[in-house]
Amino acid sequence: MADKILVMPCSGIGKPFGSIGRDATFRVCDDLRRDMADTVCLSLLVMGDTEAKRRISSSKCITVDGCPLACSKNNVGRSGGNIVAEFRVMDLLRENRSLKPRTVTFLDEDGEKLASVLADRIAAKVDELEGK
Amino acid sequence: MDIKPKVGVVSCSGECCSLGTLSRIATRLALEEKYDQTVTICLPLFLAGETEEHGFAKEHPTISVDGCGKLCAMKAITKYSKKPVESVNVEELLRQWGAKAPDGRRMLDSEGLKLANRLAKLLAERVDTIQEAS
Repeated sequence: MADKILVMPCSGIGKPFGSIGRDATFRVCDDLRRDMADTVCLSLLVMGDTEAKRRISSSKCITVDGCPLACSKNNVGRSGGNIVAEFRVMDLLRENRSLKPRTVTFLDEDGEKLASVLADRIAAKVDELEGK
Repeated sequence: MDIKPKVGVVSCSGECCSLGTLSRIATRLALEEKYDQTVTICLPLFLAGETEEHGFAKEHPTISVDGCGKLCAMKAITKYSKKPVESVNVEELLRQWGAKAPDGRRMLDSEGLKLANRLAKLLAERVDTIQEAS
């Protein structure tokens, strides 16, 4: 069986954008495309974990970043990851200006809506990459 | 007036399992309760950062909160700044509490939320202890 596509969210903890990216990732990996997608701890990868590095270099990776620092894209790239698609929560916010997520620990209604939209887009990308 | 340094509470990112989610949510709850006494930083940003990011743990006494025995947060802070004042291994702590890891990693169920609140309370107490000692 081929390796699953890896969806790699940033680990943003100070603003809602990181929470949105992570929630979208879990929606994809645990629900929408659970047979086709998985994730790896970004910190473990950046710490140089051998198995994490092997997985990101042998799988297609989709990065999901909450802020312009793009920790996921930069760190997956630096660690030898095969990045095939990138998503940025900030882009989604620009397209949905009426939605104003405010909470970080538990997403509010607008945060949940954005996470749902983002998850659908990631799932569609997973399908595209798998030729479905 | 005696100004005490804010305490850095740094959670592992732990996207691969529910223990990471528990660590992050408990850290967030502690930060909210002690918002004027604490700061945080995204662990991968700290790890991949330069002098400014690595200076974070030199300027602030820190508590590392790790979901599993790999202890990414504790090791990273020790490697790039200095040893955390407190280090919490959530997996080990749950064993001591006789609790099992929450089921889901996206959202915590009611038992998971209880654990997050208990852990947040412990972190908040340690923030107070560190500030009292400094």
